[in-house]
Amino acid sequence: MSEIPTIEINKETIIKPENLVYKPPKTLFDTPMHYCPGCGHSTVHKIFMEVVEEMGIENDIIGVAPVGCSVFAYYYMNVDMQEAAHGRACAVATGIKRVLPDKFVFTYQGDGDFAAIGTAESIHAANRGENFLVIFINNAVYGMTSGQMAPTTLYDMVSTTTPYGRDPKIHGHPFKITDLIAQLPGAVYVTRQSVHTTANVRKAKKALRKALEIQKLNLGFQLVEIVSNCPSNWRMTPLESLKFIEEQMLPFYPLGDLKVPEGI
Amino acid sequence: MAKAVGEVIIDIEKCKGCELCIEACPEDTLALANAINKKGYRYAEVVANNCTGCANCAIICPDACITVYRLIMKKIA
Amino acid sequence: MGEIRLMKGNEALAEAMIRAGCDAYFGYPITPQSEVIEYLSREAPKKSKMVVLQAESELGAINMIYGAAGCGKRVMTTSSSPGISLMQEGLSYIASAQLPCLVANINRGGPGLGTIQPSQSDYMQAVKGGGHGDYHLIVLAPYSVQEMVDFVKIGFELAEKYRNPVMILADGAIGQMMEKVELFDFIERNQEAPEWATVGRRPGKDRVFITSLFIQPEKMEEVNKILQAKYREVEKKEVRYQQLNIEDAEYLLTGYGLGARICMKAMEIGREKGYKIGLIRPITLYPFPYNVYNELAPKIKGILDVEMNAGQMLEDVKLAVDGKTTVKFYGRMGGMIPTPEEIIESFENHFIYGGKNV
Repeated sequence: MSEIPTIEINKETIIKPENLVYKPPKTLFDTPMHYCPGCGHSTVHKIFMEVVEEMGIENDIIGVAPVGCSVFAYYYMNVDMQEAAHGRACAVATGIKRVLPDKFVFTYQGDGDFAAIGTAESIHAANRGENFLVIFINNAVYGMTSGQMAPTTLYDMVSTTTPYGRDPKIHGHPFKITDLIAQLPGAVYVTRQSVHTTANVRKAKKALRKALEIQKLNLGFQLVEIVSNCPSNWRMTPLESLKFIEEQMLPFYPLGDLKVPEGI
Repeated sequence: MAKAVGEVIIDIEKCKGCELCIEACPEDTLALANAINKKGYRYAEVVANNCTGCANCAIICPDACITVYRLIMKKIA
Repeated sequence: MGEIRLMKGNEALAEAMIRAGCDAYFGYPITPQSEVIEYLSREAPKKSKMVVLQAESELGAINMIYGAAGCGKRVMTTSSSPGISLMQEGLSYIASAQLPCLVANINRGGPGLGTIQPSQSDYMQAVKGGGHGDYHLIVLAPYSVQEMVDFVKIGFELAEKYRNPVMILADGAIGQMMEKVELFDFIERNQEAPEWATVGRRPGKDRVFITSLFIQPEKMEEVNKILQAKYREVEKKEVRYQQLNIEDAEYLLTGYGLGARICMKAMEIGREKGYKIGLIRPITLYPFPYNVYNELAPKIKGILDVEMNAGQMLEDVKLAVDGKTTVKFYGRMGGMIPTPEEIIESFENHFIYGGKNV
């Protein structure tokens, strides 16, 4: 019986380039993000930049960041970007894509931007079939202005402008704009994802990649809604906020594809 | 049967102590440190030598603080 | 000699856009300028690769302009007063982000939904900012269909030179009337994007981003200083005006655009009556030709400012003369156009009969 050589397993033997399984993408600037602890915005920034890096399109993509917590997205995403007025991202993106049809174009919008102040721009861009991607973060609250009702705020949900809970008789109903846009012929890929578990982060990333691949085929408007959290304005810990997504948000905003182009 | 061993490197200055990685780790390898970083957050740190390099922590980490290495060891005989 | 055509003001403006190598037009129909988008929709595909898109609103249009201008493209939109009001948000952002673009306002009577008849009641909005924040548009005021054509070319050049939005402020009459025009030849442009434009990262260079958000007040003040320095340079270098019969003038008529054109006829009538009347027509409303008035003022007995509004440029004329002569005003509002005879009557009342009949 021959002697089996013993290999000592330690940090040095594991931390080698060939053993790397995950590192943050280079397309994300190596700078702390201003988002609150546990905020889904940062997760989506990260996975979207991973997709851009994996597809090797860093030099061929232009983003639009309008008003909301993600107004500073251009400080984190290392790609060419334009900041837009509140709600106007889809109009700005239309201007960009129409003059640079060979580039990838995306907007990164919150629920206030995409589904309240910018509803006309959003719906008409979708209806024209503008060939760009909207990443729509739905956290059911106005984060940047510190916790007012959003169009997507759930029934009975407390916000600073619905302190006794959202009452549809007073405040209207939660707005499923993604379902509405799925009805439009110009919108070709419409999906609702989340980033509240590891498995969902993986799925959301796949959806973002699929959207850009559809954009490459010049098929039409792509909408990826991401049901996200806002621990600070929900008055919860990050972990409690993930539970709230699972238990309260997802029954009202169910995950999955609403529309996928044939053959994709 | 193969066994995987892993190592995670956490950029503690970027960490905001949200604990999402701790919740996502199937092996309870991570915990919040008692110390704080420059921004005043208790940061995540490795507390057990049982990481398998599954990268769940890094995938869920909102702030892109975590780098993961994984070594697969094939059991001989 | 360029091609000579008989054209409507709005169509001449649209043809000039095509010839100036405009890359994209985004607009929303509104009377009295809907011929612009109609003409472009019909003619641009035959003669150019211009993007012509009917937006969902003026808000949409001006923000499409922002996006395309940010890509370093030559872009233009047109509208009329209520639509231009909707664009003010976008213009403030465009001015702050220092993007070049050309906007034409074919002014109609207001306030509110107002009337579709010609007016000059948007002077203040055009030259004093219009949207929020300290900024200026460069404002060109054509008085003929020919200038509608010429100012498209000049407007794009000024916008690109200063990275600032430029407005052609005409009125419904200039847009609607037909005149002989000489069109300039099609312009071949260098299509290379400027370095500040977002066209995708350039290998070996930092990415670029376009913004009007400067959250630190120190930085915001710095940006304001840059803008103000630019405006001072514009004020020094880009003042345009026309003056007529100044040499022996004892009185001046002044006005811009259509108002100035009517004043020219009034001046003729006045001269036939023996009044030594000259005329100043500001062509750039911003930068305003303050010095021209200021230098003439001591030699002049009085100035009659004529506008199709309640007296907006009047404030600038008064600032310009700085008390060195008398400034009086005659205006019609709400889409009414003054006649030369009315102007001379007002002139006589103010300056010949000593204001007794005013």
